[in-house]
Amino acid sequence: MAMLTFEKKYRVPGGTLLGGDLFDYWVGPFYVGFFGVTAAFFSILGTALIIYGASQGHTWNVWQINITPPDISYGLGFAPIAKGGLWQIITVCALGAFVSWALREVEISRKLGIGLHVPFAFSFAIFAYVSLEVIRPILMGAWGVGFPYGIMSHLDWVSNTGYQYLNFEYNPAHMLGVTLFFTTTFALALHGSLVLSALNPAKGEEVKSAEYEDTFFRDFIGYSIGTLGIHRLGLFLALAAVFFSGVCIILSGPFWTAGWPEWWSWWLNMPIWSAGH
Amino acid sequence: MRTALSGVALLGAFAVSLVAVLTFSHPPVEMVATGNPGTGMQLNYVPAQVAQALAINQPPPALPLIDAGPPAKTVYKNVQVLGNVSTGAFTRLMVSMSNWVAPQQGCNYCHVAGNFADDSKYTKVIARRMLQMTIAVNTTYANHVGSVGVTCYTCHRGAPMPTQIWFTGVTPGSGTGLVETNMGKNLPAAAINNSSLPSDPFTPFLLNNEQIRDQGTTALPSGNRQSIKQTDWTYALMMHYSQALGVNCAFCHNSQAFSDWSESTPQRVTAFYAEAMLRDLNRNYMVPLTATFPVSQRGPTGDVAKINCATCHQGVYKPLFGAAMAAKFPPLLGVGATAAAATAPMPASDTTNATKN
Repeated sequence: MAMLTFEKKYRVPGGTLLGGDLFDYWVGPFYVGFFGVTAAFFSILGTALIIYGASQGHTWNVWQINITPPDISYGLGFAPIAKGGLWQIITVCALGAFVSWALREVEISRKLGIGLHVPFAFSFAIFAYVSLEVIRPILMGAWGVGFPYGIMSHLDWVSNTGYQYLNFEYNPAHMLGVTLFFTTTFALALHGSLVLSALNPAKGEEVKSAEYEDTFFRDFIGYSIGTLGIHRLGLFLALAAVFFSGVCIILSGPFWTAGWPEWWSWWLNMPIWSAGH
Repeated sequence: MRTALSGVALLGAFAVSLVAVLTFSHPPVEMVATGNPGTGMQLNYVPAQVAQALAINQPPPALPLIDAGPPAKTVYKNVQVLGNVSTGAFTRLMVSMSNWVAPQQGCNYCHVAGNFADDSKYTKVIARRMLQMTIAVNTTYANHVGSVGVTCYTCHRGAPMPTQIWFTGVTPGSGTGLVETNMGKNLPAAAINNSSLPSDPFTPFLLNNEQIRDQGTTALPSGNRQSIKQTDWTYALMMHYSQALGVNCAFCHNSQAFSDWSESTPQRVTAFYAEAMLRDLNRNYMVPLTATFPVSQRGPTGDVAKINCATCHQGVYKPLFGAAMAAKFPPLLGVGATAAAATAPMPASDTTNATKN
């Protein structure tokens, strides 16, 4: 198989975290590595178990296939396979696969001699999953508070879990997360439009340099964060959004059981208001 | 610069920890599933919250059961409702009512000293009507109160005036805005869990019979005229239900389809019957007593105190955690009540006899 130009730099031995040279090879264009093997193991096993679970369920409709967590009465213990045990094993497989993938990204980053920004960013996505399926269930004392594996069923879970706290949009960390998600898309829109306009000049004009881009934003809003800075900002906004998403669901239940609007009573109870309010 | 930055960071960390410690609760969490595993339908409580609710929602000790003696009407005069109740049970209930409603004031809160038959105190007129109301609730609204039933104590809790009552009108101080009528929005209202929704959802739904259901029954608009504004009123009412019962939405609803009865819990049916019951009680028992109450006990617009979920429930899913208190007082279940006493309309003489303030 022909190699792409950058693959010469990519296909260097070493940089592995585990396994030494044993798995330090490629299958076609794909690097394997110890964590590639574990990622494949966990993802294939997990997927097979989901298919097994579907075979035990009432439908093969992909939208409706549902692997439910155990009843909350099982607490943090093991549940029978048919009553949530399958969900527990699949969760372990998912964790194994996700973490393997992040560590495989670390190995590839080391081979490329670049920073660990990619695995660092991916680990925030893993944190969001761990928040929902591990941290929050442990804090609340039951695996049953985790979300089920199913396309429609997990959406129903999200909806009902939100309504457990009446109006989830009053969750302060949810507010931060939502704000950061919107800011991320806004920043990406500004950045994307700037790059596209710089790279697609009017007929007969040259492609515009970074100085033009800076000048545009200095004229427009009085400040340009710069060509490197915008990527740092983008990474920060995106990761902070995911981080606060994790925080907002960890707060809901373990650290607040009433309606989220009620949490703001501390504001109403501040001694700065005149009597009668 | 470095020092200033770390100072700011320290201060920020301190502020965040302070908010975390002072405003949030902490594990352990007590959970009650209200739906199948994985549906996310459950109730969540912290132990302190449950302990507090348990402490303030205990039934008082009941006097020993007595059911002896001739019918009360043969011994006492002017016994309009409990005439056929034995004298023993009648006296026991009278003493209990005093304990439940006016423990400090005693018999003379309602009765003229030395003449129990005298109707000249307004409190006695109201007490009689409330007795009829209690019997009506226990006999005709079993679909809501079940075997738990209600007694005077369910609402009164040792006070002449129940604490959880409502009057028509928006929260004072709420603004109207430029183009909107004053719905009592944008100010936290206590009866709807300090939300800033319309502050009085009770007048439209628990006194008048406005439509609570807002959701359309078809995917595309096909004649459903309920607006976002009307939905706000419904949300306000639901906030009240939730606060009054100490539960969340999942106690009654599967949020996949709030309006779908087949996906709702049985509790939603119980709540549905309560709506009809409350309209009946407010319209046929409370409102006709308006002129009987002294002005000082009426609302800002002169209306009578009325009933909502919190009046009986007081923050608990079943009043007094489902203690079957009414069963210990057979006359309140209609045993020995004179024919049709329970459902009798308000006698005209009651209002004219009343002492006006």
